[in-house]
Amino acid sequence: MHVTLKINDSAHDLTLDPRTTLLDAIRLHAGLTGTKKGCDHGQCGACTVLVNGRRINACLSLAVMHEGDEITTIEGLGSPDALSPLQAAFVETDGFQCGYCTPGQICSATAMLEEIRAGWPSHVSASLDGPALPTEAEIAERMSGNLCRCSAYPNIVAAIRLVAAAREDAA
Amino acid sequence: MTPFEYIRAGSCDEALAAAGAPGSAFIAGGTNLLDLMKHEVMTPARLVDISRLDLAGIAPTDAGTGAGTGAGTGAGLRIGALVPNSELAADPLVRRRWPLLSRALLAGASGQLRNKATTGGNLLQRTRCYYFYDTAMPCNKRQPGSGCAAREGFNRIHAILGASDACIATHPSDMAVALRALSAEVELLAPGGGRRQVPLAGFYRLPGETPQIETVLEPGEMIAAVLLPPPEGDRQIYRKVRDRASYAFALVSVAACLRMEAGRIAAAALAFGGLAPMPWRSAKVEAALIGEAPSPALFDHAADLLLAEARGQGHNDFKIPLARRTLAAVLAEACSEEMPA
Repeated sequence: MHVTLKINDSAHDLTLDPRTTLLDAIRLHAGLTGTKKGCDHGQCGACTVLVNGRRINACLSLAVMHEGDEITTIEGLGSPDALSPLQAAFVETDGFQCGYCTPGQICSATAMLEEIRAGWPSHVSASLDGPALPTEAEIAERMSGNLCRCSAYPNIVAAIRLVAAAREDAA
Repeated sequence: MTPFEYIRAGSCDEALAAAGAPGSAFIAGGTNLLDLMKHEVMTPARLVDISRLDLAGIAPTDAGTGAGTGAGTGAGLRIGALVPNSELAADPLVRRRWPLLSRALLAGASGQLRNKATTGGNLLQRTRCYYFYDTAMPCNKRQPGSGCAAREGFNRIHAILGASDACIATHPSDMAVALRALSAEVELLAPGGGRRQVPLAGFYRLPGETPQIETVLEPGEMIAAVLLPPPEGDRQIYRKVRDRASYAFALVSVAACLRMEAGRIAAAALAFGGLAPMPWRSAKVEAALIGEAPSPALFDHAADLLLAEARGQGHNDFKIPLARRTLAAVLAEACSEEMPA
């Protein structure tokens, strides 16, 4: 069936089998291979993209259900010449080894920092009334849907804290 | 994934009419359904997309009637079936008056999944029994009459209460455990315009000889909303015990909603996850606590009542003492003077 997906501000007119996941549509049909397929079952987070600003697992969603949505992938967050703050921070802190989970980590962290900014509590928040703070424990909990098989977690957390701290300074 | 016809519903009536065809399934968040379809555990012939229907609101209701208040007293709450788990957990009114529900939601899944998973879908998610997912193995829930591989197999995550010879799977939801303790009701829409309200207590069915039938939903019926009455207690706790600190299903969980008066337990609602094929609640346990002064002996007595008919399957025997200790810890915390009301 026909579907128009708006990915990184570009419209992609696609003809898809209804079974096509958003992940496969992004990679195989729109040709944006930055988003990665890890487990394909919502367990690893490598496929994380933003839909209307919210992070989701692209592997557990049908492409045909996303007509009209604003989809943002790692390619939409920054480019090699103009890295997003989190992309730059991952480079600075060496927040990866093989790099396969990194696009998902960065997309997830991008939306996660907005969730903190909106005051959303987490499982490890002492109080539901906030304030939500980007502590190491909070980041570990909020990023638990993104696995890193190389276990680069310490530097991933460091990268995210770097960006969170810069935002607080700016605020 | 087997092929299916995809229909996007523009209204509830359209959705209910489209789902009348045999082999139809509703899809909203899809986080569990699509996973099951990839494994071909579920093979719907038609998917009716309800994700854009106007069922994503959270609104205060009058006590008792469940009707919208407009200006309203805000005694109860109506949660649309399509409210994402993340938005429900973060809702200011839920955080303030039903913190148990926020805590249970935040203890489940991951940030990505909570953004997509809906209130109605969470209630209807299927068990994570390994043998239910493995189409090469017998499973009475997936293929009635084929047998249960879990009883003689690996059953570390399985039920100690409410199971049957046909099925020992547990219900995986955290949210549903909190809703059970909060005496929630489920509003259902039927094809042809019918509407009924079912207490969560009567929404789920025990497996018995028909573990493939998990709820009282009739074919084509759709969840429209979850209704919460005013909370019975201001001391609310959700405690989840699991194999890792985050992003894992409960081995045992306890949802508690208590009220204390003059050093005694005036109200107690307790529900348990990880133990049974449905969120578990025991009137006997609650009756034994109400009117009593909290003490370790009382908590132990409550656990005796909860677990009187508990039966381990081998690998999950540990759940019996774990449930006892978790209940005692939650009650001690809920009854303590330090518990912020």
